[in-house]
Order: sequence, then structure tokens, then C-alpha cells
Amino acid sequence: MSDDTTGGAPHKAGAFDIRNIIGALMGVYGIILALAGLFGEHEPEKTGGVNANLWTGIALIVVSAAFIGWAQLKPIVVPAEVERPDDDPTRPAPQRKRPPAH
Amino acid sequence: MSSDTLINASWLDYLLVAIYFGFVLGIGVMARRQVSDSIDFFLSGRSLPAWVTGLAFISANLGAVEIMGMSANGAQFGLPTVHYFWVGAVPAMLFLGVVMMPFYYGSKVRSVPEFMFKRFGTGAHLVNAISFAVAQLLIAGVNLALLAGIVHALLGWPIWVALVVAGAIVLSYITLGGLSAAIYNEVLQFFVIVASLLPLTLIGLHRVGGWSGLTDKITAAADSAPASAGVAPAAQQLESWPGQALSGFDSPLFSVIGIVFGLGFVLSFGYWTTNFVEVQRAMASDSISAARKTPIIGAFPKMFVPFIVIVPGMVSAVLVKEMIDLKNGGSPAGGASGDGVAYNDALLLLMRDVLPNGLLGLAIAGLLAAFMAGMAANISAFNTVFSYDLWQRYIRKNHSDDYYLRIGRLATVAATVIAIFTAQIAMGYDNVMNYLQTLFGFFNAPLFATFILGMFWKRMTPTAGWVGLVAGTLSAIAVDRLAAAGVIDLPGQGAAFLAASTAFVVDIVLSIVVSLVTKPKPASELKGLVYSETPREDRTDPHEAAMPWYQRTVPLAGIALVMVIILNFAF
Repeated sequence: MSDDTTGGAPHKAGAFDIRNIIGALMGVYGIILALAGLFGEHEPEKTGGVNANLWTGIALIVVSAAFIGWAQLKPIVVPAEVERPDDDPTRPAPQRKRPPAH
Repeated sequence: MSSDTLINASWLDYLLVAIYFGFVLGIGVMARRQVSDSIDFFLSGRSLPAWVTGLAFISANLGAVEIMGMSANGAQFGLPTVHYFWVGAVPAMLFLGVVMMPFYYGSKVRSVPEFMFKRFGTGAHLVNAISFAVAQLLIAGVNLALLAGIVHALLGWPIWVALVVAGAIVLSYITLGGLSAAIYNEVLQFFVIVASLLPLTLIGLHRVGGWSGLTDKITAAADSAPASAGVAPAAQQLESWPGQALSGFDSPLFSVIGIVFGLGFVLSFGYWTTNFVEVQRAMASDSISAARKTPIIGAFPKMFVPFIVIVPGMVSAVLVKEMIDLKNGGSPAGGASGDGVAYNDALLLLMRDVLPNGLLGLAIAGLLAAFMAGMAANISAFNTVFSYDLWQRYIRKNHSDDYYLRIGRLATVAATVIAIFTAQIAMGYDNVMNYLQTLFGFFNAPLFATFILGMFWKRMTPTAGWVGLVAGTLSAIAVDRLAAAGVIDLPGQGAAFLAASTAFVVDIVLSIVVSLVTKPKPASELKGLVYSETPREDRTDPHEAAMPWYQRTVPLAGIALVMVIILNFAF
């Protein structure tokens, strides 16, 4: 998850980085589809002869690797002090903190 | 359960769907428990990079409207459907980013009615809050109808059972916290949809022999179609302009005017600039500059979405047996609604015919996700406006927070139940796009007129605010009823464009007339709400000048505009 270090040093977003979440989902889908393409019936009469599951699977694995790689190369650093959002609790969506009054 | 379902899904497909929901609910649960300060940090939104809010921005809209409606439109009208993107969305998104966003961000409002209250006071607020709430219920019905259509197609359940089940799914999604990580889910959903629609498009094109095979088949189909079917000539289906079949005007000139003014200006500016379901995404960014860039960054992927939603619709119309029959004026049995195939089924039927098990599951996950998230967003928007803008302000003031939370929960359940009934209205339309554009004409077109006038004309009075809204909506309804009664004869979506344009003009004219005879608000109360009363430094981000050009709002918008003009010429 997060690489906690001592003191107030910044730590990385880790699993909560949205790029890792996208990478994980695409990776899982890619592996399943590639396996289905390799070992399942690939129904050429539907796709016009292309093993669509396999190719999509491979493409998704590449996308997944790209997102996870990006997150590794440029991790998001969470500042030590995170202010609590002061938003209306009845609004379920994430909300921005209100800007200070001018 | 009937064994005769539209789509034959295998365990593999269900596994892929289950994984998606596992992810979404997992994120929701993590978000609720706030297991770490980093997720807190993300959900408060202040760290979200512009590409994330930009994708969430278009993803909030990439639901029922785009996927089913646009592929239905593609099957029925062909390439002119791209106007919904290149004329009907991108310019308005750029305008939102460049001109309107500073007012939203700067005035700190969190809903459209709130802006109306600040600018015009009670009358316009009340009218707008009621019409917004009604619109959300009707649009939630559209999403629910499409969601139920998929459940029906998958499992073969009777449509009313599917509706109730789909409603229950959405309710549990909201209560289990799926919405608390809405931006995460929307970005995920975007990738799942692209990952399923892109292969669908490519395989579909492969099956019909590439783009040239598709044009040949559409030409042959249009030439051989019986005259009674009213199929547009192939040239009109394969060129975006002048798009007579879409607008319903015979004259190419009126058609272009109808599309540019009705769709491009009134409907689309009205939709994109006043729709807080989307605008809220931009509010989640950390600065006025990032908020302005959100819709502009969203415009880039938006330009290319038509290739993966309209092209499959066009392929479906020449490849799928039932769709060919429908387009020739037949009425094939089956379809997601259970009583005959409709254009809305274009995409589902194509999926059935060309996707192998596995990819099929991915596609189903993407569609379910899009409709569910779309409906959940409508319902939560309704919830907010009902509990705070209506109930708290006009019915029960000064109660505890818990009280309004309880009201909000009741409103959520009530809205879901009502949506089951409004879904019946949506299902009465063969092409759901016709219905949606009609609704936008009723609600968004007058709202946009009032907004834009109120934002740039400080003389506009509070009375004019509500009179314009009421008259605009009523005139749009009048045009729609005249069209339904056959007095105005415009096939396609022309009637909706005309209704929207009428609402806009009536609203503007009445607002000006009423403003001239009533008393305006003092200029001191209009700071941050009216262009001329807002100092320039409140409208721009002082840090932006220091950024490289590709991170600045206006140059980015310029590039997007040039790209969309090139696309318009190319197709």
C-alpha cells in the first residue's frame, strides 16, 4: 500500500493511485481474455476469423503495464498533512474543498 | 427464466462482469472506511490531475446517451450523428471551460438552482429547482430503461421484472458506497467501455469488409430499401453535412441552420454548460485553471468517441439481420424492450453477432457500468436538489443535519421508484435519442438562455429570471405537442431542435421585455455572477501565465477547436 516512512516524510499513494487501479483492472481483464483466447473456443464465425479475445487480451496487458509503469516512474506523493474535506456529507461524490472566501 | 434470451452469456462473461463490480464496490468500501489518509486525500479531490477530472467529465456523460442513443442514431441516420459530438458537444465544452467555468468555480455554487438563487432570488430558484428535479427523474428513467433492457436481453426476464431488479441494483450501488468514489469509477468505466467498444468496432468493420465494405453495403441497402421505409439516400448517410435525415429538414440550408443553431448552439450549450452532473467533476480540481481545463481536456477524447459508438451502429444496420429488416420498414420481433426490435438495440444485437464469449462479458460490464453510474448520478443530483433546494428552503427550515440526511435517503428510494415509471415513457420511444433531445429542449434550452443573459446583462431582473424560464419551458412543450399532433411535420430530431430553439428565443425575448419594466438587483450584489461586475483577476488563475503553453486554458482550447474543424471537413 503506502510506503510509510518515519517522521513527517511524504509517502506515496501506492494502491490508491488511480493509475494503479486502472492498471490492475485492465491487467486482470487482459490475462483472462488472453487465456480465453488461447484455450477457449474462439468462435471464428462471429469475428470473421480473428482471435479477438487473444488480441484484446494482449492489448489490455500492454495498457495495464503502461499505467502501472507510469505510476511507478512518477509516483504521486501525498503531503504529510492532509486536510479533511469539509464538504457536505449528503453529497456522495468527491468534492473539492471550498476555496477560501476572497 | 426464459431460455430464449437475446444474448447468450457464458460463465466467462459473468466472471468479467463480477470482477468489475468487485472493483467498483471495493473502491467504494475503501473510500467509506477511509482506510488511509491517502485515499482521503484523493477523494477530497484536490490532487486529481487534469487528465483524471477530464476523463471523469466525459465519462459522466458517456452513459445511456452516448452508447445506446448514438449507436441507435448511427444505425438510423448514419454519419450525420457525428454532429452530436463535433457540433453538439466539443464547442460547448470549450465554451464552458473558457467562459463559464470561472463563474461556477468563483461563485462557489454547487448546483444550478443555487446559482439561480444568487443571481435572481427566490422565483427563478424555485422554478429551476422543480424543473431540474423533474428532469433528473425523467433522465434517470431513460438510464433505467436501458439498464433493464440489458438485463432482459441477458436473462430473458419480463421487462417489468427487469426494471424492478435494475432499480434495486442501482439502489444497492448507491447505498454500498459506489458513489463515494464516483470519479474513480467513472475513469475506470471509461477504460472498460473503450476496451470493449474498440474491438467491437474493429471486428464489425472487419466483418463487413472494412470502411469501403461498409460504404458499399450502406449504399446497396439504401438503394434497395422500399420507398415506404423512408431510408435516407446513401450519400446523406455517409456524409456528415448537411444531414437532412437527422434534422428532418428537406432543404440542405435549413438543415445546416437547424443543426448549427438548434443542436450546436441551444441544445448543446444548454446541456453542457448547465448540467451539474458533469460540471461538478470540474469542481473537484484544485485551482480555477484546472477547473477550466477539465472540459477542454475532456474534449479531446470526446472527439474520437463517435468512431467507437456511431460506426458500430452503422455496421449493425447492414450486418444484423433484424436491423436490416427494421431499416427496410419491417418490424422484427424480439429486442431488448420485449416488444419488437428498435434502433436502440443496434449495439446489443451487433455484440450478439460478432463478439465471442469473453469480450462479450467485457462489453456487458461496460454497458451496465455506464447506465448504472448514469442513473446513480441522476438520482443523487435529484436527492441534493430535493432535500436542500426544495425541502430545506421551502418546506421545513432549520432542522438538524440528521433530519435532512433522512429526507435525502427517503428521496433516493422514492426517486428510484419513480424512475421505474418514467422508464415506461422512455421505452415508448423507438430511438431514445429523440426522447432525450426533447427533454433537453424542455429543460436545458430555457435554462441556458436565462443563464447566458443573466451572466452578461446586469440589467436582467429577478422577475425576468423566472418568467423567462417558465415561458421557455412552456413554449418548448407547446412545440413538442404540435409536432406530436402532426401540425409541425419534422421527422428525425428536427422537432426537438425546433422546440429547443423556440424555447431559447422565447426565453430571451421575454426576459428582455420583462427586465425593461421591472427593477434590477443593485450592482453590488452581482459580483462574481455577472461578467461586467466581476474583476478580471477573479476570473483567471494568476499562476497560469507561468505555465508552458500546453498547460494553459486558451491555447489548449484553440487546438481542440482546430482539430474539430478538421474532422468536420474530413467526414
